[in-house]
Amino acid sequence: MSPAPGSPPARKLRVPTTSLAGCFGCHMSFLDIDEHLFELVELIEFDRSPLTDIKEVGPCDIGLIEGGVCNAENVHVLRAFRRQCKTLIALGACAVNGGLPAQRNHLSLSECLREVYQFRPGIENGQIPNDPELPLPLDKVRPIHEVVRIDYFLPGCPPSGPAIWKFLTDLIAGRTPRLSDGLLHYD
Amino acid sequence: MKQFLLDGQPVPFEDGQSILEAARQAGHYIPSLCWHKDFPAHGSCKLCIVKAAGRHVSACATPAKEGWEVESATPEMNGERRALLQMLFVEGNHFCPSCEKSGNCELQALGYEYEMLTSRFRHFYPDRPVDASHPDVLLDFNRCIFCELCVRASRDVDGKAVFALTGRGINKHLVVNAESGRLGDTDFSKDDLAARICPVGVILRKGPGFAVPIGERTYDGQSIREQKLKEEES
Repeated sequence: MSPAPGSPPARKLRVPTTSLAGCFGCHMSFLDIDEHLFELVELIEFDRSPLTDIKEVGPCDIGLIEGGVCNAENVHVLRAFRRQCKTLIALGACAVNGGLPAQRNHLSLSECLREVYQFRPGIENGQIPNDPELPLPLDKVRPIHEVVRIDYFLPGCPPSGPAIWKFLTDLIAGRTPRLSDGLLHYD
Repeated sequence: MKQFLLDGQPVPFEDGQSILEAARQAGHYIPSLCWHKDFPAHGSCKLCIVKAAGRHVSACATPAKEGWEVESATPEMNGERRALLQMLFVEGNHFCPSCEKSGNCELQALGYEYEMLTSRFRHFYPDRPVDASHPDVLLDFNRCIFCELCVRASRDVDGKAVFALTGRGINKHLVVNAESGRLGDTDFSKDDLAARICPVGVILRKGPGFAVPIGERTYDGQSIREQKLKEEES
């Protein structure tokens, strides 16, 4: 993968990552590629990501989105990623189909909030948080492909380190990513 | 012996055998969800869709014919199977990471077999409450794909007719044959065939849970293609 002698060094691909309605498990699994991280940082540099603490996403090559969309801020971040990324990837079960957060979808949002903040055992005079700085929850949690166009999907809860590595190396090398040899799992 | 061509390979068959039965017997895999060798063809899941003599047919419900050219493992047919799987996934609530059937589920295994990476369509997220009224068996209707295997097993083998499908089209759903509608108010037993036949995670034995861990289950180490052809041999 190193450039031929005399040729200008290849530009590193810019990769932003974020976790929307996710648990950061997919980011932890990303770190599970272990020593491949050394190979990876030769090829990419991170933009906005929990790993860099950059707050706004800039023009990028490959965006990784963990988690579905459960509130207004998620929609805002997801749209910013779509605007800035040439290729956008749904990383993990929640981004792909809503996952665990979407299991509230058959309940009404107000019922959910009341159950947690007012009726939970041990709570007295509980109130539903209404600080204007809090992003408004959506009535349903949605997978990200129902909000913006997604180029590739990488399922799994979380996708394994080897699956993420195979996927990224395929993509960086210009191949269509393919999860063969038992790397495809939904659980 | 009479034969037809399946993706260019000769497959022998006896009169009355379906395309699917003859193919499986000859060691060729055609996928299925609602088909079971001990029951008449149901033809509802359409996963066994093939092109026979230029027409789309369910391989489980179509008798093989001498000299037919049947297309099955083609990009076109497999693409249609993937679309059918995607529709099944968005119609119910299929959250594999929290499902006890994960790894043993035929719907999930077919998703792997046909490399379904996304459910693609808009999710319905239907409201289907679970029924935990029975002491030994849990019913999680969220995962029902309407294959009627439990309906057929309970009616035709167990002699109890515990289950039925009701409603039409998008309102179709599985119901329990009791005045209360609850499984606990029927004579259903964990030893019934209907308790073991669900290809997905609707009818679950209470207790075993994750005794066999994720990663060591039927379709974790082998594909549904390998497993089904192995079952055919035994």
